[in-house]
Amino acid sequence: MNSKLKDMVWVFAEQTDGVMADVSLELLHKARMLAGKMNSEVSAVLLGDKVEGLSKTLFAHGADNVYLLDDVELKDFRSMPYANLITNLVEEKRPRVVLFGATHIGRDIAPRVASHTRSGLTADCTELKIETLTIRKVEHEDLLLQIRPAFGGNIIATIISPDVEIQMATIREGVMEMGEPDASRKGTIIPVKVELDSVEVAVKIIEKHQEASSVNLKGAPIIVAGGYGADTPEKFQLIKDLAKVLGAEVAGSRAAVDAGLINSERQVGQTGTTVRPKLYIAIGISGAIQHRAGMQESQKIIAINSDAEAPIFQVAHYGIHGDLTDVIPKLIAAYKSQLH
Amino acid sequence: MSLHTIVLVKQVPDTSNISGDVMRPDGTVNRARLPAIFNPEDQEALELALRLKDKHGGKVTALTMGPPNAANMLRECLYMGADRAILVSDRRFAAADTLATSYALHKAVHRIGDYDLIFGGRQAIDGDTAQVGPQTAEKLGIPQITYTLEVQNLDLKKKTVRAKRAIKNGYEILEAPLPVLLTVTKDAAEPRPFDVRRLCTYKRAQSRFEIEATVDDSHDLVWMDELMEKIKADDLLIETWNIEDIDADVQWCGLAGSPTKVHKVENVILSGAEFKKVPATSDGLNDMITDLMQDHIFG
Repeated sequence: MNSKLKDMVWVFAEQTDGVMADVSLELLHKARMLAGKMNSEVSAVLLGDKVEGLSKTLFAHGADNVYLLDDVELKDFRSMPYANLITNLVEEKRPRVVLFGATHIGRDIAPRVASHTRSGLTADCTELKIETLTIRKVEHEDLLLQIRPAFGGNIIATIISPDVEIQMATIREGVMEMGEPDASRKGTIIPVKVELDSVEVAVKIIEKHQEASSVNLKGAPIIVAGGYGADTPEKFQLIKDLAKVLGAEVAGSRAAVDAGLINSERQVGQTGTTVRPKLYIAIGISGAIQHRAGMQESQKIIAINSDAEAPIFQVAHYGIHGDLTDVIPKLIAAYKSQLH
Repeated sequence: MSLHTIVLVKQVPDTSNISGDVMRPDGTVNRARLPAIFNPEDQEALELALRLKDKHGGKVTALTMGPPNAANMLRECLYMGADRAILVSDRRFAAADTLATSYALHKAVHRIGDYDLIFGGRQAIDGDTAQVGPQTAEKLGIPQITYTLEVQNLDLKKKTVRAKRAIKNGYEILEAPLPVLLTVTKDAAEPRPFDVRRLCTYKRAQSRFEIEATVDDSHDLVWMDELMEKIKADDLLIETWNIEDIDADVQWCGLAGSPTKVHKVENVILSGAEFKKVPATSDGLNDMITDLMQDHIFG
């Protein structure tokens, strides 16, 4: 470790069966920017069984140090062992910032770590910044600005934890950019002793079923998404037809998922997947901020909506005011005619 | 062994029904304009607890921290089948973040005493944080099962519970020793309708605030105490606890006990893309596709 720099910005490196979660690499990229403002190094906290080999990936994506907790008891994720070991390490080293992916795992353990260390914790942030703020004439250095949609997504709130030392946040997958890995980057592995008592390992995993996702929304160049305006299977079929013609993936807003028109793994938005395709076609989606949070970084956005006032038009590049049963067939015909 | 389950419930503003006049011009939310509802996932948590009671017997206690009008939701818990309802309410709890909330809830659980299971919704729709459940479990020093999809087996002899929980692209089945805290995802258990007989009985259930509101200056404190005792004897008291009742330290409650503070709230600013209005005609759509092809978006 470079002795001139502090070790103040940490990222929980989430792995499953030896595969690193994308969100952890995205967070390392962000952590580098935050650490730059704090004059600090970036450390990853890696737990698992025989996972030392993942350190290289973590260094390439921006970690200066990897705290390595390697033990057979950590092979599969379990709340108590993971949370308690991270808690012990945080209490000992006292970093200023600890970031977790807002995954089933990150959202399970971050609250336990924050509770024990009495840290501030904000869930599902969409942006993070480091600033020095003066609050009631007291200067607070290296404050983590935790920015997230709040109140059903109708407002954007900036949360700070000015009176505590440790500031924690969870961040959804796909919201931050991953950045290019640099294979020549080197770092230090810091082994951490793993000690667990019988109470901490008392929860047993009886069965586990996990499939590689058949849906790859994040990697799709074109996405056609339907929402509340496509509220019948017949209307939603038109959306699927358009996707097929364009060679696109089909997605939906939360309304479409709740209506049972599409599987939840195809949900785009704050509680679904965040996507940045070349082209996003939003059909019958009004554009509540929860949805926009998941798609507004798309390179081009086409919105088709029967409500001329729908907020989706304000983030769209092309807006078509009309009924989807009329517009989609015309759009398919126009596309086909230009292809030939 | 008789099963005792505590269910953590919250009354929330119905954020799914936000209309124009709820948002103030400065971008803040006028909570008073939103209807207050039973947080949907908490109601499913109560349903899961009641199903276990149907099968194994025992008792279900509904526990909430909230303003006095959260008694409305607690009455709904009683209508569904909860045996006991507790309202933790005190002005000094106001503006609590998840850490201060879990502190107060775990102190209330301590006062309740013995329990085998704690259920709660995965998250509340007004904050979507999913933090209060795990933070309460941590403060109680017990394990947790988050994202619970179903409870598969409760073994009161071995004192274990098996539950199926969601993980990324799949599920896992965990076996945990009692006591354990489980947070429940939506669609885990369709809440039962109110029991008509229970509704007739418990619509008269009252919190301390509600009883106090019916008492005027002409009555003295002794009279008030006697009234409370009578309501309690009739099993119609929604127990109402303040900071002292749960032996909480005021420095860990409310705003003072909350490390996270709202620094700034902004109206959502739309990014204002370069916008083209496209007529819904074949010509209009043709022009748009030509544009996109020139930009190499297609092909």
